[in-house]
Amino acid sequence: MFNPEYLSLIYAGLMALAVLVYAILDGYDLGVGMMIPLDDKETADTMIASIGPFWDANETWLVLAVGLAFIAFPQAHSMILQALYIPVVFLLFGLIMRGVAFDFRAKARVKRQRRWDKVFKFGSLLTSFAQGYMLGLYVIGFDNTPLAHAFAVFSGIGVVCAYGLIGSAWLIMKCEGQLQQDAISWCKKFARVAFVGVLLVSIINPAINEWIYERWFDLPMALVVLPAPIICLSLFVILELVLQKLPKSPDNGAWLPFLISAFIFVLCFFGLVYSFYPFVVPGKLTIFEAVADASALTFLLYGVVIVVPTLIAYTLFSYRVFWGKVQPLSYY
Amino acid sequence: MLDTLLLSRIQFAANISFHILFPTITIALAWFLAFFKLKYDLTGHPVWLRAYRFWVKIFALSFALGVVSGITMSFQFGTNWPGFMEKVGNIAGPLLGYEVLTAFFMEATFLGIMLFGMKRVPPKIHTLATFLVAIGTTLSAFWILSLNSWMQTPTGFELRDGIVYPTDWFEVIFNPSFGYRFFHMLLASALTASFLIAGVSAYRMLKNDEKHAPKKALTVALTVAALLTPIQAFVGDLHGLNTLKHQPQKIAAMEGVWETEKGAPLLLFAIPNEEERRNDFAIGIPNMASFILTHDVNGEIKGLNEFKGEHPPVKPVFFGFRIMVGMGMLMILVAFVTRFTLWKKGELPKWQLKALVAMTFSGWIATLAGWYVTEIGRQPYIVSGILRVEDAVTTIASENVLFTLIGYLTIYAILLYAYIRTLFHTASKSVEVEEYDMKEFAEEVTRV
Repeated sequence: MFNPEYLSLIYAGLMALAVLVYAILDGYDLGVGMMIPLDDKETADTMIASIGPFWDANETWLVLAVGLAFIAFPQAHSMILQALYIPVVFLLFGLIMRGVAFDFRAKARVKRQRRWDKVFKFGSLLTSFAQGYMLGLYVIGFDNTPLAHAFAVFSGIGVVCAYGLIGSAWLIMKCEGQLQQDAISWCKKFARVAFVGVLLVSIINPAINEWIYERWFDLPMALVVLPAPIICLSLFVILELVLQKLPKSPDNGAWLPFLISAFIFVLCFFGLVYSFYPFVVPGKLTIFEAVADASALTFLLYGVVIVVPTLIAYTLFSYRVFWGKVQPLSYY
Repeated sequence: MLDTLLLSRIQFAANISFHILFPTITIALAWFLAFFKLKYDLTGHPVWLRAYRFWVKIFALSFALGVVSGITMSFQFGTNWPGFMEKVGNIAGPLLGYEVLTAFFMEATFLGIMLFGMKRVPPKIHTLATFLVAIGTTLSAFWILSLNSWMQTPTGFELRDGIVYPTDWFEVIFNPSFGYRFFHMLLASALTASFLIAGVSAYRMLKNDEKHAPKKALTVALTVAALLTPIQAFVGDLHGLNTLKHQPQKIAAMEGVWETEKGAPLLLFAIPNEEERRNDFAIGIPNMASFILTHDVNGEIKGLNEFKGEHPPVKPVFFGFRIMVGMGMLMILVAFVTRFTLWKKGELPKWQLKALVAMTFSGWIATLAGWYVTEIGRQPYIVSGILRVEDAVTTIASENVLFTLIGYLTIYAILLYAYIRTLFHTASKSVEVEEYDMKEFAEEVTRV
C-alpha cells in the first residue's frame, strides 16, 4: 500500500492531466461546434465531419476528471459540485443537447435537421460558457457576491474564446479551401481576445491575491516559473505571425496554429495549477486533507498503471486512422 | 412543498431510468453488430453488410443518448448524494474508476473507427474495433453491476467510525448477488435488442420493404429471442432465490406477504394496503409462492411485519414485479410463436409482424420494471444495512432541485420522443434504399 501523501500527489497529477487533456480535446470540438454556420449545410457538414470520430472519446476525459475527483478527493468533489449546482446543470444540459444533436442532425426528418444544427451550436456554446463560469467561481473560492458572478461571466467568455481559438486552429489543420481561409480569420479574432484575457488574468490575479504574488515573484522559484507567462504571451505573438502568412500558403504549416494553441492551453493550465497548489478547493481544502482511503486508491492505481498507457496508445491510433484533411462522414 | 430528499430521489430515478434505456440496447446491439460484421467478413455476402450499416446508425444514436445521460449521473453523485461518497466512497470510487478506465475510453475511441473508419482501416481492424466496442459495453456493465450488487449485498469490507473500508476486493466485486444480477441484466439487454431489431425489421417489412437485410435481421433477432427468453426466466428465478437468501424483505414485498407464513400463495393480483398491512382484492394460487421460492409447498416465507421500518414501500415493488414477469411471459410467447411460424412457413403473416412492431420496446418495459423492483426493494437503504437514503442526501435548497428536476424531465421527454421518431424515420427511409447489386448477389448467394 502506498503512502497517502504520494497518493495525493499521484491522483492530483492524474486529475490535472485529465482536465488539461479534456480542455484541449473537447475544447477544439466544442469550439468547432459553436462556429457551425446555420445557413450553409455543406460547410456545417464538413466542420462536423472533422470532429465526428473523436468527440465521444474527447468527452470521456471529462468523465475521467470528474471521476478522479470523485474517487480520490470525494470531499472536494461534493464541495465543488454542490457550490456549483446550478452552473453544473447548465453544463450538463449543454452537453446533452450537443451530444444528441450530433446524431439527430443527420438522422432526423429533413425539415427537422436544421433545427438540430441550432441545438448543436447552442449546446456547444452553453457547455463552453458554463465551464468558464464554473472555473471563474472556482478560482475566487465560490464567493456568492455580484462581483464574483461578474468575474465568472468574464471567465465564461474567456473559455468560449479559448475554445474558439483551438477549434478554429483545428479547422485550419483539417480543412481546405474557403472554410480554411474563414477559419484563419476566425482564429485571428479569437486569438486577440484570448490574448487580452490571458494578459488581464496574469496581471490581476497576483495583484489582488498576495499569496499568488508571492508564489510567482519570490526567488528562487520566480526564475523557474516566471518564464511561463512570458512564453505564453510570446506564443500569441508567434501565432499572429503564422496566421498572417497562412492565407497565402495554406499548405505550409497548417498544423502550427493548433500546436501553438495547445501549448498556450498547457501554459495557462500550468499557471492555474501552480497558483493554487496544494489546494483542491481554493483556500479551503488541500489535496492532502481531501485524499481518500489509501488502500482503495492503491487498488485503483494498478489499473491506472496498466490502462492509461493503453488508452493513450489507442487514442493515438484513432487519430492516425483519421489523419489528414477531413473527408465526408459516412458509415461506409 | 416537496423536500430536497424526495426531489433528489425523483431526480435520480428519472436520470437513471432514462439512462438505462440506452445501455440496455447498446450492450447487446454491439454484439449483434459484431456478429453481422463477422458474418460479412466470413461469407462476403452483402446482406450482412446491409444489416450492419442500418443497425450501426441506430447504435450510434442510442450510444450518444447513453453517453450524455451517463455523464449526468457522474455529476449527480456529488451534487445530490454527497453522503454516498463520504460513507462508501472507498468501495464505490475504485469500481467506478475501473469502469471509466477499462470500458468508457475503449468504447468511445473504437466507436469512432467502427462508425466512420470502414474505408480507412483494413476489414479485420474494423471488425476488431466492432468487437472492442462490444467488449467495452459489456465491461462497463460488469463494473456498474458489481457496484450496484454490492449496494444490495455488501461484503468484503469493514466499518470504522461509520465509514466503509475495503478488506477483500475479490469479495467486494464478486459479492453474493453480483453473478445473478450481471447475467440477468446481460440477458435483459439481449432480449431488449432482439425485440427492437425484430420490431423495426417487421415495421420495414410492413412498409413493403422487400429487401433481404430486414428479413435476415428479423430471423437472427427472433432466433436469439426464442433461445434466450426461457433462459432469462430461469436466471431470473435463480436471482429471486438469491434475493430470498440475502434480502428477504424485498421478496416479501414482491410477493405481498405481510405475516410470515408457511405455504404462501402466489398472488396473481392484489392491491397491497400499507396502512392496514394487508392485501385487498387478492387472487392467488395457494402454496405456489412457497413452492417457487423454497421448492416446498409448505415452505416458510418471512413476512413484511418482521421488518417493520426496515422494508421497502410495498406497492411499487409488488406491481413492478408483476409487470416484469407479465412482460417476460408475453415475450416468451411472441418469440416462440413468431420463430416457429418463420421456421414452418419461411415468412410471417401480417398480424404477427404487427405484433412484433407492438413489442418493439417490450424489453424497455420489462427492464425498467425489474430495476424498479430491485432498487425500490432496497429502500430505505442506499447501501443495504449500512447507509440510509436520508443520510446521504445533499443540503441544497429544494427549490434548486425542483428547478433542475423540471429541466431534466423536459429534456428527457423531448429526447425520448425524438429518439423513437428518428428510429422509425430511419427505418422508413431505408425502405427506399436500393437493394445491393443483384448480379453480385447471385454470385454471392451460392456461398451463403
